[in-house]
Amino acid sequence: MCLAIPAKVLQFSGDEPTRALVEVVGVRRYIDTGLLQDDPPRAGDWVLVHVGFAMSKISEDQALEQLEMLAKLGEHEAALEEAQGYGSFEHDSHETPGRESGP
Amino acid sequence: MKFVDEFREAGVIAKASAEIRRLAGPHRHYRFMEVCGGHTHAIYRFGLKDVLPPNIELIHGPGCPVCVLPMGRIDDGLSIAQDSGVTFAAFGDMMRVPGTRGSPLEHKARGMDVRIVYSPLDALKIAQKNPEKHVLFFAIGFETTAPSTALTLIRARSLGVRNFSVFCNHVTIIPAIRAILDSPGMRIDAFIGPGHVSTVIGCRPYEWVAKNERKPIVVAGFEPLDILQAIVMLLRQLNSGDARVENQYARVVPWEGNRAALKAMAEVFELRPFFEWRGMGFISQSALKIKSSYAEWDAEQRFHVPGVRVTDPKAAQCGEVLKGALKPLQCKLFGKECTPEHPIGALMVSSEGSCAAYYNYEHRKSDLTTAGVPV
Repeated sequence: MCLAIPAKVLQFSGDEPTRALVEVVGVRRYIDTGLLQDDPPRAGDWVLVHVGFAMSKISEDQALEQLEMLAKLGEHEAALEEAQGYGSFEHDSHETPGRESGP
Repeated sequence: MKFVDEFREAGVIAKASAEIRRLAGPHRHYRFMEVCGGHTHAIYRFGLKDVLPPNIELIHGPGCPVCVLPMGRIDDGLSIAQDSGVTFAAFGDMMRVPGTRGSPLEHKARGMDVRIVYSPLDALKIAQKNPEKHVLFFAIGFETTAPSTALTLIRARSLGVRNFSVFCNHVTIIPAIRAILDSPGMRIDAFIGPGHVSTVIGCRPYEWVAKNERKPIVVAGFEPLDILQAIVMLLRQLNSGDARVENQYARVVPWEGNRAALKAMAEVFELRPFFEWRGMGFISQSALKIKSSYAEWDAEQRFHVPGVRVTDPKAAQCGEVLKGALKPLQCKLFGKECTPEHPIGALMVSSEGSCAAYYNYEHRKSDLTTAGVPV
């Protein structure tokens, strides 16, 4: 719950303007960006995610550092589990969350 | 082995460590409190004590939301779910936390509909997909998670989802710092301020710590170097007789905080007159409750809440450890009756609690050392 997980914003879903598809520790998930309304992120931006909500924008360098940090703290698995959990109750066919293929 | 050796910036760490030794007066003993459980976890995980001189003592503060939640609140949440046959949804961190009659997971094994969620929005989704059920979200956390609960409640109201409610246990960090400073016999020289809570509240709410209490406070990130830099900044302030709020974590924490998050919290929550903290007792205006405009989504206004109060076992000295009067190892139960597998006191409950962190890293390390195993 207290983990801050870096995620890269990929695209916004049409009907809910604050709902964003992100890549987070290698998985694609929907998160909410409603708490960044004063300075909304755009596709390509990195954000720090707490409990499924983007809480701050960060640079790519900071995001990579943060990912390394999670690994060193031994919390990478917990982060992955948490990230996989976001929206785990959505099974709509037009959504394509899941682990990324490729290297 | 020192954990910090794993870091490619070992040289930078050594430099920061040397700077700390240079700045710390040899005849003075420094007591710095890191408020946030994430810092406590990082300090033990990285063995930072090994790179600090012995006259710098780190006191582990109250910033672990699972640890400071009184057992009675878990009992209350579970009994609402039990009595009213509702679905109990909570973060994974809560699942093994013991109530009087077992943890949420044990209730699940006995037939309660208990769901692990990773976001309050997921709990709302369960409610939307199961209109025949009522979903209670057991909300917990400091200002890091409170805005997410707030926005979820705003969504629930605007979408008109009526089979969803929140059992609110959100607490706020400032009154806890005040309670620590007000404790009799308390001597803390300076504070390492929480990183992620401050992304929401910003740095201004700490100004009274510096101005009125004359204690330096540095908001810090979670990397070993962040924590060491914060200690350097605190020592510089103390040496020059300053007491200011500084932001070491400016790459993530804006001075003014996150206004949208604060606005969402103000829309949904108001302060409770007082709230009980495990190990610390009742602290006034230290927790959030749901406003009457959101009463329909407030489990406490919607259901009968038994209001269970469970006193912590007398033998467990969590309060003393929490306020820095005792080290985890000095508690009579530490590592004996009270372990992370069978927590008796609050601070053993979560990996961010100071006793659990101490047990997992320091205590096991010394076990291995005495067994002759190289560490």
